[in-house]
Amino acid sequence: MASIVSARGVRKTYGSGFEALKGVDLEIEQGEILALLGPNGAGKTTLISMICGITEISAGNISVGGHDVVRDFRAARSLIGLVPQEVSIEPFEKVMNTVRFSRGLFGKRRDDAFLERILRDLSLWDKRDTPTRELSGGMKRRVLIAKALSHEPSVLFLDEPTAGVDVELRTGMWETVDRLRAAGTTIILTTHYIEEAEAIADRVAVINQGRILLVEEKERLLHRMGRKQLTIELQEPVAEIPPALAAYGLERAEDGNALVYTYDRAAERTGITSLLGDLAEAGFTLRDLHTRQSSLEDIFVDLVRERS
Amino acid sequence: MNVEAIRSIYRYEMARTFRTLFQSVVSPVISTSLYFVVFGTAIGSRIDQVEGVDYGAFIVPGLIMLTVLMQSISNASFGIYMPRFIGTIYEQLSAPISFIEILIGYVGAAATKSFAIGLIIYVTANFFVSLPVAHPIWMLTFLALTCITFSLFGFIIGIWAKNFEQLQLVPLLVISPLAFLGGTFYSITMLPPLWQTITLFNPVVYLVSGFRWAFFGLADVPVGLSIAAIAAFSALCLGIVWWIFKTGYRIRS
Ligand SMILES: Nc1ncnc2c1ncn2[C@@H]1O[C@H](COP(=O)(O)OP(=O)(O)O)[C@@H](O)[C@H]1O
Ligand SMILES: [Mg+2]
Repeated sequence: MASIVSARGVRKTYGSGFEALKGVDLEIEQGEILALLGPNGAGKTTLISMICGITEISAGNISVGGHDVVRDFRAARSLIGLVPQEVSIEPFEKVMNTVRFSRGLFGKRRDDAFLERILRDLSLWDKRDTPTRELSGGMKRRVLIAKALSHEPSVLFLDEPTAGVDVELRTGMWETVDRLRAAGTTIILTTHYIEEAEAIADRVAVINQGRILLVEEKERLLHRMGRKQLTIELQEPVAEIPPALAAYGLERAEDGNALVYTYDRAAERTGITSLLGDLAEAGFTLRDLHTRQSSLEDIFVDLVRERS
Repeated sequence: MNVEAIRSIYRYEMARTFRTLFQSVVSPVISTSLYFVVFGTAIGSRIDQVEGVDYGAFIVPGLIMLTVLMQSISNASFGIYMPRFIGTIYEQLSAPISFIEILIGYVGAAATKSFAIGLIIYVTANFFVSLPVAHPIWMLTFLALTCITFSLFGFIIGIWAKNFEQLQLVPLLVISPLAFLGGTFYSITMLPPLWQTITLFNPVVYLVSGFRWAFFGLADVPVGLSIAAIAAFSALCLGIVWWIFKTGYRIRS
């Protein structure tokens, strides 16, 4: 697939001398949802701000849709919609007017029918004549999304769109993202909630301390690094693990009422069959079995620990 | 050039004006009327005439200039300072527009507003004194140039200011004294020679003098010099704006 956003050797040194990005290479593919995942201060907002033209690029090149974001900024920026991390919004202006303003700013002709559709999709149509200061926090964030969508961008940046947002709204946001993707919009989403990346991303880029640690398809990442755990609940508690089962590296859990077996799902043989056989032979009566896939969270913690 | 964007900024700024109509239009008119009552009537009854013009009429051009200066600066500085302060400037920065469009949008709206206020004060003044205008075209030209130039200046202040205090500081500490000492209420020929010389370093003198000439055909300094002074000040402001835009000073980190 062709990449729609391409960053090569991008660095950022702030006026204070602090180097927030230390050479970032990133290719974002047309039509995908990429989650830029990293802890606070990793450099997510800095990277997005440079792509969008808000922050100067200290070194390296960025292009959007093949247009260099500095030399050919008009063409590059026309393609981009940005929903910033901070909910910054002019308090006295009415919702519809502020969205109209955004569209105009991007050089698009006024099209109220189109804006109506956006506001309806974001459940803001009823609020179109309300000054933004009278809206709840979640609505304000949706207004920012409406503003970003008002000029029909093909790449949408969502900088921590669900930070501090309640569960219901978060699910609503994910639905919106799904709809946009279906319409062909490329979406880059920064988050430090791993569950968010896990729920909606196609690919995940992990960033920490100004460096991209890895970029990989979410499924493959989970698969490659994912460990699975099999929890075996026992009828009778066990005081210690019999020597005959030592090779499996079992752990006691729930005061001996359960045993936990960790294995690699991607491995040729998982060892489950022989484990179950050996358990029966050792005289255990099983009550229940369940497995758990390790989440991105576990993977992430491993990665960050490994590389730092 | 992204004309739609300029129109968008301009319209948005004008909407802000209309939201605060009282504050933006009614209050300058009231304060100007008060000046008329105090200076025109109370003092004017003693001074009578300056260089053959009724004192009440004589002060009108200066009063209009005074208000227009202050309004241009405060509108333009506030217009660009607010998005910086609230953080909504991210939109202008990430839009496919250059600083030229931002500048035209904000300065154009601020200048339009102060131009309108200048005309309103002129109309108001006609209720108090009779005010023939000797050179109407020049009067409008001077007014427009002043509005644009000082809106540019205000735009610079709005970008330079780090807080509300600084935003108020320049108009208060620099412009007010210059405006009051710029021959608003008197002809500088009424001053002692030394002060006349000092006053010539005050740019406002050239504005007021030129504007007054457009009304009454008499000026403290040659009209050509007035126009040159405005042009020089505009050029200076444009130079600063160009530098700001080139370096991203206080806009782009
Ligand atoms: N304007 C700035 N000046 C100096 N340092 C900054 C500035 N903005 C961000 N930083 C620093 O750069 C680093 C990355 O910040 P940011 O990109 O906001 O991280 P994230 O969005 O991943 O939380 C942080 O250490 C932050 O303190
Ligand atoms: Mg951030």
